[in-house]
Amino acid sequence: MKLLKIGMVLIAIITFAAFTYSDNSGYKVGDIAADFNLENVDGKMVSLTNYPEAKGFIVVFTCNTCPYAIAYEDRIIALNKKYASQGYPVIAIMPNSTTASPGDNMEAMKARAKAKGFTFPYLMDKGQNVYPEYGASKTPHVYVLQKTKKGNQVKYIGAIDDNYQHPESVNQKYVENAVDALLEGKPIKEEHTRAIGCTIKV
Amino acid sequence: MKFKLGTLFVMFLLFNCNNSIKSEGDLSIVKIDESQKKIELSTLDFDGLEPYLNKQDDQVYVINFWATWCAPCVKELPVFEKIHKDYNKNVKVILVSLDFPKQYETKLIPFIKENNLQSEIIVLNDMDSNSWIPKVSEDWSGAIPSTLIYSKNKRKFYEKSFNYNELKTEVQQFLN
Repeated sequence: MKLLKIGMVLIAIITFAAFTYSDNSGYKVGDIAADFNLENVDGKMVSLTNYPEAKGFIVVFTCNTCPYAIAYEDRIIALNKKYASQGYPVIAIMPNSTTASPGDNMEAMKARAKAKGFTFPYLMDKGQNVYPEYGASKTPHVYVLQKTKKGNQVKYIGAIDDNYQHPESVNQKYVENAVDALLEGKPIKEEHTRAIGCTIKV
Repeated sequence: MKFKLGTLFVMFLLFNCNNSIKSEGDLSIVKIDESQKKIELSTLDFDGLEPYLNKQDDQVYVINFWATWCAPCVKELPVFEKIHKDYNKNVKVILVSLDFPKQYETKLIPFIKENNLQSEIIVLNDMDSNSWIPKVSEDWSGAIPSTLIYSKNKRKFYEKSFNYNELKTEVQQFLN
């Protein structure tokens, strides 16, 4: 009986914790993003400080297994191709628990990066500490950062563009518009957009 | 060019409703004679869906956003089916599928048949998610599973997965 009570209290605490955890906290546009130190598919550790020449970053929370993330793979590759040379490299981070989503483990990430020819780091959020700090809730979920004196300032949060199904039918290239604006020193028209995505597996 | 989508509606007809999903957390596959049921799927854009999110009658509406490709969504579907069954009088469960159009025939319809889903199913196909997601809820980032529960005078949005007791507790709040 006593055990049952303790069990019920524990369940209550866990439930409460689960609710608290799902709060939409994290960065808002204007916040300074923390750096991280995460393992890349090549075995090396990667931090934003490894890019002294960068003007900013296109941080993409993505994974192997989400159909939305897969639909955007080629467009993520294209973003890096277009903007790395202009000072805004793509940094991809895989936020899922590999226990909950084995298809996202490091071996699978390596295979995916090789098969698709990723030209950018594809990092494992081991310990799952980075995505909650950013406030990422799904894959894909993009944060465009700009280097400022205060640190890496969040300039854009959201979707890559407005059509996951048909790249050729995209009307608004949200990330490109944001980075272009930063490169031209103009204000970003849409700083925050939303799209359907796969919840991050915990 | 604006990508225009057809506006349509889902008719979901089941003539043999004796079988249902048995246990929470475990989808039981039910085999039914194919000749006895017919599923016609078609899709709505958000303008078509919106009335379902704003009914003004005396029922409680549980609107679950899901897709067959979303593992946590599939896992929690029996919970919604059970609510549909247990609260048939006062609560209306609507499962809004966000499956990809190219998988309607290959994945969605077979899934509905195999699992003998009893709740009403609507398929939403609207590319402009940045416009419609905040109309469902300002709190929604776009991750699924997500659920909206509402009645005439109360509305709550959940970007999370449910087990049966959690969902029951929430639904009860709307009934009291």
